[in-house]
This record gives sequence, C-alpha cells and structure tokens, in this order.
Amino acid sequence: MSTRERVLWIVAGIAIVVYALFPVGWIVSLSLKSSDDIANTQFLPTSVSWDNYSQILVGDAAGLFLPALRNSFGICIIATFLACVLSMFAAYAIARLDFRGKKLILSTALAVAIFPVISIVTPLFNLWRQIGLYDTWPGLIIPYLSLTLPLSIWTMSAFFREIPWEMEQAAQVDGATTWQAFRKVIVPLATPGVFTTAILAFFIAWNDFAYGISLTSTGASRPVPAALGLFSGASQFESPNGPIAAAAVIVTIPVVVLVLLFQRRIVAGLTNGAVKG
Amino acid sequence: MTTTTERPGTGTGASPAPRGASDRSRAEQKLGWYLAGPAFAVMLLVTAYPIIQAVYYSLFDYRLTDPDNISFVGLKNYAVILTDSIWWTSFGVTVFITVVTVAVELVLGFLLALVMMNALRAIRPVLRAAILIPYAVITVVSAFAWQYAFSLDSGFVNSWFGWLPGISAETDWFGSTGSSLFVICLAEIWKTTPFISLLLLAGLAQVPDVLQEAARVDGATWWQRMWKVTLPNMKAAIMVALLFRTLDAFRVFDSVFVMTAGANSTETVSFLAYRQTIARVEIGLGSAVSVLLFLSVVIICIGFIKGFKVDLSQARGEK
Repeated sequence: MSTRERVLWIVAGIAIVVYALFPVGWIVSLSLKSSDDIANTQFLPTSVSWDNYSQILVGDAAGLFLPALRNSFGICIIATFLACVLSMFAAYAIARLDFRGKKLILSTALAVAIFPVISIVTPLFNLWRQIGLYDTWPGLIIPYLSLTLPLSIWTMSAFFREIPWEMEQAAQVDGATTWQAFRKVIVPLATPGVFTTAILAFFIAWNDFAYGISLTSTGASRPVPAALGLFSGASQFESPNGPIAAAAVIVTIPVVVLVLLFQRRIVAGLTNGAVKG
Repeated sequence: MTTTTERPGTGTGASPAPRGASDRSRAEQKLGWYLAGPAFAVMLLVTAYPIIQAVYYSLFDYRLTDPDNISFVGLKNYAVILTDSIWWTSFGVTVFITVVTVAVELVLGFLLALVMMNALRAIRPVLRAAILIPYAVITVVSAFAWQYAFSLDSGFVNSWFGWLPGISAETDWFGSTGSSLFVICLAEIWKTTPFISLLLLAGLAQVPDVLQEAARVDGATWWQRMWKVTLPNMKAAIMVALLFRTLDAFRVFDSVFVMTAGANSTETVSFLAYRQTIARVEIGLGSAVSVLLFLSVVIICIGFIKGFKVDLSQARGEK
C-alpha cells in the first residue's frame, strides 16, 4: 500500500469516527450547559455545569426520571432473559435436531421481525386495558418479546450451527456421561453465542419507544425513552432541553459501555444472524 | 422407546413424521417441537393474535370514550381513511422518508464498509467500536440530539452554517415540511447507516479473494473489479440490507414523534395509527390504519422478494 493510499484510508477512518460521535458529543455538551447558557447557540458550553444532572437525579425531575430508569432496567432485563431462554431451546432444536417445521419457525421469526410495532400496539392497547395489563411491567415485557425473540432465534441458531456437536459424542466415548459431556463441552462453546444474543436483545428492548409510550400511562411502568419523549420540564417556565440531554446521556451510558466491551461479538452477532444465518 | 400411537410434536403445527419413520426420528421430531414450540407459540401469541384483533376492530365504529355505542360498519373505516387526504399525506411522507433514507444509507453504508474493509489493522477495532455507537444510541436520544442541533433557541447549526445561502440565525428548520423532513431524514440516516454498513461489510468479506486477484491479473481497473466482481458477489448481502432497512424505515415513528410530533404535515403512517388509537381513542379507525400499515409492509416485502428474486433462506446462507 502506498503512503498516499495509507493516508487516504486514515483520513477516511477519522471521518467515520467523527461521523459516529458527533451527535453524541453534542448531546453530552448540551447536558453540561447551565440553563442560562443553553441558548448560546455554540457547540460547547461556556462553562461546565452539572445542574442538569442534579436536577434529574436528585432535583425536581428525579421523580419522573428515576422510576423510569428503574422500569427500563427491570423490564428490559426480564424481557431479554425470557427471550434468551426461549430462543436457546428453539435454537438448540434448530441446530441440533432434525424435525419438520424448522423452516416454519425461522420464517415465522422473520415475519414477526418485519411486523410494524404500531399495528400490534393498537389492539394490545385495548386488550391490555380489558385484562388489566395496561401500565404494568408484564404489559410491556410480553410485547417486548415480539421485538427480542425473532432476532434471538436467528442469531442464536446461527451461532449454534457452528458448534461442532460431534465433540459431545467424542467426550462420551471417552467415558463422560451424557450430562457431563453436554455441560463440559457444549455449554462452554454455546455461552458466547447466548451472551451476544442477550446483548443484542437488550439493545432492542432498551431502544423501544412505541410500546413504551402507548401501553403505559404513569411512572409505574413507563420506560425511559417514553418518559423522555413526554418530558416537558420540571417547571413550565424553563426549557427542558438541558435535563432531557442529561437524561439522554445517562440512558446512553449502559449501551455504549456494552458496545465498547463487546464490540467484536456484537458485530459477529449482527452479521451472523442477518447475512450468514 | 416403545412405539406410541400419539402424534409426534406438541400439536402446534407439527406435521406427523412420515409413516414408517424410526422411533428415533419420531422422538427427535417430538423433542424438536417441545424445545422450539414455546418460542414459536409466544411469537404467534404476541403478533398474530393482536393483528387478528386489529382486523376485527377495524370493522367497527368504536370509540373508547363511548364504549356502549359499538356498531358494525363493515369496510366504512377503510373508505373513510382512503378518501381522506390525511392518510395520503402521511403515506407520501412515509414513502419519501423511506426512499431518501434507504438510498442515502446504501451509498454511505457501502462507503463506510469499504473504509472499514481497507483500514489498517491497527485502527479497525476503533472504527468498529465507533460505528456501533450510533446503533447503540437509542432512537429517541438521537432524535433529540438532532432536533436540538437544528432548533432555533439552542442549536449550533444556524450559527455554524450561516455562510450557506438561505441559512441565517433565524432559520426555523421545524417551521416547514421540507426542512423538517430534511432533519428527520438526517437523524434516521445517522442512526441506521451502521446497521447497513455492517451487513455490507460482512458481504464484502465473503467475496472470494481469488476472484479479485484473477481480475487484477487480467488487468481490470478498480472500477471494473468493483462492478464486475465485488458487487455481483455480494448481491445477497445488499438485498438483505436493503430489504431490512426498507421495512424498518417504513415504520418510522420515534424520530417523528420527538422532532415534530407530526406538525407541518410530517406525520408518518405509524404516527397516524398511534394518534388515532392512543391519542384520539378511535379504536375502529386506528385499527384500520394499523391494518393498512401492516398490509403496506407485507406488500413491500413481497415486492422485494419477487422483484429482486431474493431467496431469503439462501441470502442467509441456509443450505
């Protein structure tokens, strides 16, 4: 590679990093502006202030934000866990067993994945009100499965297919019991796939807005994205931009940390499920 | 295992094993459905059941505020919607956003994928981590970031780009349909290009090096290799990326909700469905909009599969 080419690819690489981080940098900068600085129409704050953070964490807006944060964490973790358990069994069967209906399950997952969320929200809104699931945790966990299950089944079965299942038999030949062979050989090989799937499923649930905003009405179950969308400020005389930016930064931190820690696996999961199958 | 007279499977759509199948394969059949059945059943329950509900409700005049006056109206809701300019405006807006964002994302995503493919080994992890950030940032947050950047009272865009004709400190980006849609598209493009570009990167990686080498030896230029070797070989990946992004873009909701809440004729079909059902509690009309949205997505999907002859199972590497 010539020096000129090398420089060109480096410049292009820097452009990508700027492209990816610019809006994030802007929302962080906005969250650090004090309320009289917010209208300075500059990218950076004139002086760094933590007012917005204290307002949403301990101040007037904490009553709105903290319950939403708790709901988001609780609901997303339970939905991710359920999706992983269900799809783990399904993916095991798809990768390992020969049974009719494999294609049917995979295409159903695909069909569910392309479903417009709003089309499901409309009937659920009414149904949940009738059976008392409206504005409850299960009322969000169940529809979240429609977001997390299809992806989990596809990515996990892609991972599971790559496990050399014969190794289990080899272990049995060497004297291990079926259970031992499974636990000692298959489980360690399957764990990375399950783990990656869990991260991706968590992302998707954490990102949801349509269900969150339509199927909740109070702090009892409203997740952060929906709370942010409806947040109008602690006082009607103050622009809520600063506190919203601070809240936005806080909800972004967990996913960014996950991305930085597990980027290699996440890429593998995304592309395995979608392109390689 | 002894032979049983039971049908194998859990009954949720399992077909009986062929006659004369061995006990072993029958047991496998059964176990397969025991393991995969629950996930399958949950998926059906959380999607098929609600959509059937929606189809049913769409045939009624049903307002939540007036629950005693439910009356069957047949296809009247659909007639009302399809003759109303609001539906066609939101449909047009949705198609516009979909076409613009997917077209830009495909080109941009391909460029990003090329850079990541060719970047030096040392900076590859950095690029990969950076490109995943927009994917990880939730849509609502990204929508807020872009909205604030362009907003009159706090944004930096007007002061930064004041030198461009037509942009001044008073340019109100959310004051008209065109400029609002521009910002919405920007936000969508920023957020979802990484997805396309990762899929395309995987496609690029699957193009055999041998073919590239052979073309190079035969004296093909960079462009010729791109058009004759690289692109045809990653057709499947391109189609999958295109299909998934189109379906996704057509359901755009979060960005519109946050940035304009449908003001200035920027309402999308998803937003219209939301507004009818949740805000106006017009269950009948809202359900009809939902069903129409669902049908649009199905038609796009069929169009793609037929038009581009995408064999999804093949594109996904199934054998």
